[in-house]
Amino acid sequence: MSALLEVSDLEAQYGWTRVLHGLSFAVENGQITTILGANGAGKTTTLRAVCQMVKTSGQVRFDGQRIDGKSTEDIVRLGIAHTPEGRGTFVELSVEENLRLGAYARRHRRALAEDYEKIYEYFPVLAQRRRQQAGTLSGGEQQMLAVARALMSRPRLLLLDEPSLGLAPLVVREIFRIVRTINEYERVSVLLVEQNAAIALDLAHHAYLLETGRVVMSGPAAEMKKDDAIRRSYLGY
Amino acid sequence: MDILIQQVVSGLATGGIYASLALALVMIYQATDVVNFAQGEMAMFSTYLAWSMLQAGLPYWVAFSATVTIAFVGGLLLERIVIRPVEGAPVLTIVIVTLGLLVIFNSVAGWIYSYIQKPFPSPFPSTPIKIGNVVFGAHDLGAIGITLLVLVLLFLFFRFTTLGLAMRAAAQNPVSSRLCGIRVSWMLGLGWGLAAAFGAVAGMMVAPVVFLDPNMMGGIQLYAFAAATVGGFSSPVGAVVGGILVGVTENLVGTYVSFIGTELKLTVALAMIIIVLLVRPTGLFGRTVVKRV
Amino acid sequence: MAARGGTAAEPKPAHAAGAAISAPARAGRWLGPIALVALIAFALALPAFVSGFRLYQFTQVLIYAIALLGLNMLTGFNGQISLGHGAFYGIGAYTAAIMMDRWNVSYVWTIPTAGLICLIVGFLFGRPALRLEGLYLALATFSLALAVPQVLKYFEEWTGGSQGIVLTKPMAPFGLKLTEDQWVYLFTLGVTLVLFALAWNLLRGRVGRALVAIRDNHIAAEAMGINNALYKSVTFGVSAAYTGIAGALSALAVAFVAPDTFNVFLSITLLTGIVIGGFATISGAIWGALFIQFVPNWAQDISKAAPWAIFGLFLIGFMYVMPRGIAGFLHMLWIRLSRSAVGRGKGR
Repeated sequence: MSALLEVSDLEAQYGWTRVLHGLSFAVENGQITTILGANGAGKTTTLRAVCQMVKTSGQVRFDGQRIDGKSTEDIVRLGIAHTPEGRGTFVELSVEENLRLGAYARRHRRALAEDYEKIYEYFPVLAQRRRQQAGTLSGGEQQMLAVARALMSRPRLLLLDEPSLGLAPLVVREIFRIVRTINEYERVSVLLVEQNAAIALDLAHHAYLLETGRVVMSGPAAEMKKDDAIRRSYLGY
Repeated sequence: MDILIQQVVSGLATGGIYASLALALVMIYQATDVVNFAQGEMAMFSTYLAWSMLQAGLPYWVAFSATVTIAFVGGLLLERIVIRPVEGAPVLTIVIVTLGLLVIFNSVAGWIYSYIQKPFPSPFPSTPIKIGNVVFGAHDLGAIGITLLVLVLLFLFFRFTTLGLAMRAAAQNPVSSRLCGIRVSWMLGLGWGLAAAFGAVAGMMVAPVVFLDPNMMGGIQLYAFAAATVGGFSSPVGAVVGGILVGVTENLVGTYVSFIGTELKLTVALAMIIIVLLVRPTGLFGRTVVKRV
Repeated sequence: MAARGGTAAEPKPAHAAGAAISAPARAGRWLGPIALVALIAFALALPAFVSGFRLYQFTQVLIYAIALLGLNMLTGFNGQISLGHGAFYGIGAYTAAIMMDRWNVSYVWTIPTAGLICLIVGFLFGRPALRLEGLYLALATFSLALAVPQVLKYFEEWTGGSQGIVLTKPMAPFGLKLTEDQWVYLFTLGVTLVLFALAWNLLRGRVGRALVAIRDNHIAAEAMGINNALYKSVTFGVSAAYTGIAGALSALAVAFVAPDTFNVFLSITLLTGIVIGGFATISGAIWGALFIQFVPNWAQDISKAAPWAIFGLFLIGFMYVMPRGIAGFLHMLWIRLSRSAVGRGKGR
């Protein structure tokens, strides 16, 4: 198996404060990889660094090609979709317009109509609310819209930042179910950042544990789940 | 009654011009949270370019289109070159930069073309049009038509094209727009370009009425400010309605309120701005934006 | 900016470094007052060396300096953008002109009256302006600047309409052997010194800190017990008063007022002055005044329009490269020089 995303010695800083200290990890093609960690460990920053939204150094390779130093817009055009922390939906635009924007950067527009259909199949709720302003959706629906918008760009890699944040357990389960389906059927690789370690480890194939900007442990999700330290600190049993 | 209708129509004509300029202001404000104090002077300068082309013997509509195109490119370049370095700077900094542009445009126009007023032709016939007992100026009707046409085009552009959608998105949420692959800073540049093109149309429509001189936009810009304030700086529809309201009010007050006449017209605009800002700072159509501290 | 001395020098025992620092610091403590006394002496002696038009220009520099100090209190220190201070300048000028011409009041009384009237008008304008944030205040004041000439023309019986009012220059009192220009200069200098001393006392202490606190974070300032509303509207009033006094003095110096002098470009001129001089500085008012008085004079030789093109370029250019103006630049230079002096002292 070859790595779709390969990150080595990644450092990132906000102003004078360094947040990531030489991070290395990989996302295998077709897999779901998760990065776990407590608040402030640098999870969100890692995703932002991959998209070059913060000042970084170190190497980031996507599909073998160096993408560090490129602009965020160009990285998105290469096939990385990012659902940011706090969802980042366009609250004043309609659901449909949000999806249209998701497809803004893609090259082949022919299959566009087909993709709308597919998205509405995955997220029937959005089909009902097509013309509604995104800001009027519930939190769970907005999260779904954020994922849907990301998928509209037909990405090869989906970066998901805390999709469970502030949502009811039932809604969270629904969203994770959809992510798994998308991974299996659409062959979209996923890099998931989560505080809720239990649900993330259930979903992922591979996991990394982040502490204050460093990878302290990594391995297949199933094995990580059995680890005593992880169980005590992150799973709570 | 006839005079009333006549005054309303000529108010609509000037109102349309204020609306165009106000819309230009609002477009830039929405995209960048900046009021471009040089908007009027940019329009004035564009009108001088049109005048030069007409002097050179170009047909009116050729000069018109060329001017709009040049204004568009010029606005885009201004944003890229002059405004870009201070993007995200404090309000005061950006206000000062646009004021700098204002005086530069004003003085360069005076430098090249002198401060003597010049007549500027109207593309419409000079014979008045009579409907019933009411006489309308053909230029007034034509200006209303052109303004309407431009407004409709702009509406269609923002509502239905992907580029228009991307521009709206970039104005609302730059971070997410970038994540959609939208080149946000170019969208801001496009916004400036469109605003400048718009202003150029307004300038060419108003110049036959007020005559062409480097200071011709001073008062008009004040009315455009009033229009944008009345309608609300966050609402394009508001800018249009505000422009028309201000134009009609100005004409009616000037005609019927004797102590104001034409001498205190600017003061009326000032009063409108201050009253609206005090009573309803978001304007008639604006939304309240909650700012985080 | 890393200090050259600090990085280059070896770490030394604390007392050695302390001794090295104290030498330039001591020089620094004396340099200010010495420069100030020299400046005042120079200003007092000036009428002996220059006369006529040149002296009038320096009178105008003093007048601008007062106006700029007023504007800087509001915009630089307190962060309330005013693009309409030319209006207060005009109100001050017309107050003086109407009092002298219509009511035969002595010029001496016009100065405090102009200040008082502008204080009240400014306070009243500042009261509603409290609710306007940044950009909207800029808009409202800009509109004020655009509208004022019209209003001045409208009240024709008082203001003389667009013809304006012609005044006579005041004579020197007590039989002093001074020309009118010399006396106006010295009178203006006196007023300038008083107003600068007042502003210095005000802005360097508690009040100044309160103004800056409101500018930088008004909510935190309110939480610290600063009455934002009162401070902001009083600042508006005092700022307008300073500018109004400057206007009144200009009526004396020019011996003529006309409405179109007080147009929006005067307001932009004043803003240019504080941008060039330096926001939130006192000395910046003098640098700015020198700039707006003399640069247009030189530029006029190129073209009638050139002064404004140059103002525009300077406005934009300063925002890019010297956002703290000349005063801020000199301050930084001074700090660097004294630091490198420290470095040399330590290296020895």
